[in-house]
Amino acid sequence: MLLDNYETEDFFDEMFTERGGGVRPHYQRVADRLQLLDSGEHRRKQTAVDLAFMRGGVTFTVYNDDQGTERIFPFDLVPRVIPDTEWQRIEKGLIQRITALNLFLHDIYHDQKILKDRIIPPHYILGAKHFRREFMGFNVPKDIYVHVCGTDLIRDRDGNYLVLEDNLRCPSGASYMLENRAALKRAFPDLYRNARVQPVDNYAADLRKVLQYVSPPSLGSAQPNVVLMTPGVFNSAYFEHAFLARQMGIPIVEGRDLVVRDARVYMRTTSGLVPVDVIYRRIDDDFLDPTVFRPDSLLGVPGLVHAYRSGNVSLANSIGTGVADDKVVYYFVPKIIKYYLGEEPILPNVDTFLASEPQDRGFILENLGKLVVKSANEAGGYGMLMGPWASKEEIESFREQILANPRNFIAQHPISLSRHPTWCNTETGGRFEGRHVDLRPYILYGEKITVTPGGLTRVALRKGSLVVNSSQGGGSKDTWVLHSDS
Amino acid sequence: MSEPLIPTAQKPISNRRDSLVMLSRVANSLYWMSRYIERSENVARLLDVNLQLMLDFADFDDDQLEKHWLPILCSAGNEKTFFQLYEKADSESVTEFLTFREENPNSIISCLFSARENARQVRDQISLEMFETLNECYLFLKSSNAREVWQTGAHEFYEQIKKYSHLFQGLTGSTFTRNEGYEFINLGKFLERADKTSRILDLKYHILLPSVADVGGAVDAAQWQAILRSASALEAYRRFHVEDILPKKVAEFLIFSPTFPRSIRACMQHLDEDLHRLSGKERREYKSPEERAFGKLLSDMNFMTIEEILDTGLHQFLQLVQTTLDQLDDHIYREYMHHPPVDTQAEILLHQQQMQQQQ
Repeated sequence: MLLDNYETEDFFDEMFTERGGGVRPHYQRVADRLQLLDSGEHRRKQTAVDLAFMRGGVTFTVYNDDQGTERIFPFDLVPRVIPDTEWQRIEKGLIQRITALNLFLHDIYHDQKILKDRIIPPHYILGAKHFRREFMGFNVPKDIYVHVCGTDLIRDRDGNYLVLEDNLRCPSGASYMLENRAALKRAFPDLYRNARVQPVDNYAADLRKVLQYVSPPSLGSAQPNVVLMTPGVFNSAYFEHAFLARQMGIPIVEGRDLVVRDARVYMRTTSGLVPVDVIYRRIDDDFLDPTVFRPDSLLGVPGLVHAYRSGNVSLANSIGTGVADDKVVYYFVPKIIKYYLGEEPILPNVDTFLASEPQDRGFILENLGKLVVKSANEAGGYGMLMGPWASKEEIESFREQILANPRNFIAQHPISLSRHPTWCNTETGGRFEGRHVDLRPYILYGEKITVTPGGLTRVALRKGSLVVNSSQGGGSKDTWVLHSDS
Repeated sequence: MSEPLIPTAQKPISNRRDSLVMLSRVANSLYWMSRYIERSENVARLLDVNLQLMLDFADFDDDQLEKHWLPILCSAGNEKTFFQLYEKADSESVTEFLTFREENPNSIISCLFSARENARQVRDQISLEMFETLNECYLFLKSSNAREVWQTGAHEFYEQIKKYSHLFQGLTGSTFTRNEGYEFINLGKFLERADKTSRILDLKYHILLPSVADVGGAVDAAQWQAILRSASALEAYRRFHVEDILPKKVAEFLIFSPTFPRSIRACMQHLDEDLHRLSGKERREYKSPEERAFGKLLSDMNFMTIEEILDTGLHQFLQLVQTTLDQLDDHIYREYMHHPPVDTQAEILLHQQQMQQQQ
């Protein structure tokens, strides 16, 4: 059968215990179903799923010629399964983390106690690329800074969950979590029905409630006009923007649809200007308003920040959350949790070295060939050195960059991410092989904090690759959180 | 200064906070999505019918071919672009130009790509079924398969294009909420349809003006029949006039029929209702000079006879129809879709002023 010759090798495997060992109890149903599968049936199911994605426009556009080619985000049919108890711990850890980070953001934009108490050296925060000093003393509605968060989790060799990144600005991928679930239900209806999986369908409704909850206080109890602001149809995540807007039943707007008058935001409609109260913006701080941030931004709305400061419109996420995405600040998150909550972190960080600390820097420079080096403010797998797989030139180039601007770099030991059985096409049909995965759960912060059970499991489809980003050969899986532990 | 500093003076500010508000950009996209789909269907039918017509005239020489195809080309516009790409107008070149050439904004492929791009802009407004249909059509046209189908059997290809349009319009009827957006979709559809019917009828004036000897002959009859089929009207006409196909009756049917859904009058009747629903005006009141001119033409058509039109000239009348529709299109754009472009410099100046006043 298709799983018979599966090799876990020297990795933590999500489905199997040690090499040649048995199936983990929470994967038993999935494994049984896969054993019944042959490559012909697999191909038919995969084709049906891919076609449905293509037809429904569940795609991103690759602009390698002037035409633009539509690609689907590759979807692997084998679901990733998480037992209930394990998930409860993850959920607690995520809630703990977002609570602490939100308190941290409030503090650094107000009294800066954490800096005064020397928990974090002030220059790291005040000099951070995404620290918005313009918003010192500004009160955001309901004191919520991070409304939507997509934390990247990985598992190490022993299966421990670690936080890799927090993503507190505009995390994407929630639409794929929802579309993947729909696709999997169509592909394996019987398996799904019997597996007792916790639903993810509430995500859009929960998000809408969060957005309504943070409407400007001046609006009183009136129903707010909520919109989703997109950079436009040519953005690679446009599908997601349109998808979420449809699911929430709110208009999707571009900067050119909005105009600010007397510190109020309006949209330009067929019946004139109509007020906008809450904006779920999928566009970076820098581009929001050309009168405040980048003057060359054509995506933003002149006056938007003024309207926001005047309390007439709410933004999700708030301006200035990017400072906590800084990988140097990431280093301090365990201390942040301890400082504000007096608790030990439930989900630990990956051990991190700061190039700006002389002692760490020496260690990093001596061990460049063994470490993963990351730029403090890049995302999507860019600005990274994977030491063990890098060429001499790449290593030397990073050495120079680190010496020139140590504040901009951190380093970590490479983590051998957990692996998951994943379909791989071969000349004779195909088979299951282990591929590395991560997990991005979505956390919503409104009246209460909600973590959608599951999230987006991304998988590095290339053999041996640790990079799961869609721009670099990554695919995704449906993620199941069971109602029980098996 | 062409635009005032505060361009909103001309547009009222509303305090509506309901889900029925519609962005001007969305109205524009729905309207054009709908127009482009209707246009692609009409071009497909026109080409299909004329390719089949040509089967009966296999002995045409180059000159005759050109005389046949040139007016068809002109009715769709862009003959200048055509002659930059091709030397002469014949079955092959004209159909290719009007089907596959992206240089031609009115080719089937351009229309459907634009329709789909507009649909993407309003992805959150239209139903999944509508988008999937249009997207499937787009993927078909993007694939190499499309040209193969066309080369091995043009008829099957055009059938497929027409089916996408029928499916899309049917799904619009059965899945799209009857809100303001629906009026814009209808405006686009009926305006395009009325315009295309008038152009199809006008073809006879250009091409088909036969030599006196041909009138009433086999060629003439075949051509009038082709006109009817190009407007999908042959069977409807036959049920209405159980007799030979008479030029006068064809023109009358395509212009005046109150019941045939592609006649100019029937389309204009729909337009009139949609315009009133949008503007909220009473039945015989109109919002602008363009709407009034349109209303006057529709009203005239209620009292005109085909003899009167033929006396003053069919071509002149059809031109009046097209001009009136063009002006109506302008009016719809200005009234519902156009906001003066944001002048970033002026906006920045305005906000700096407002912030100073608060000190």
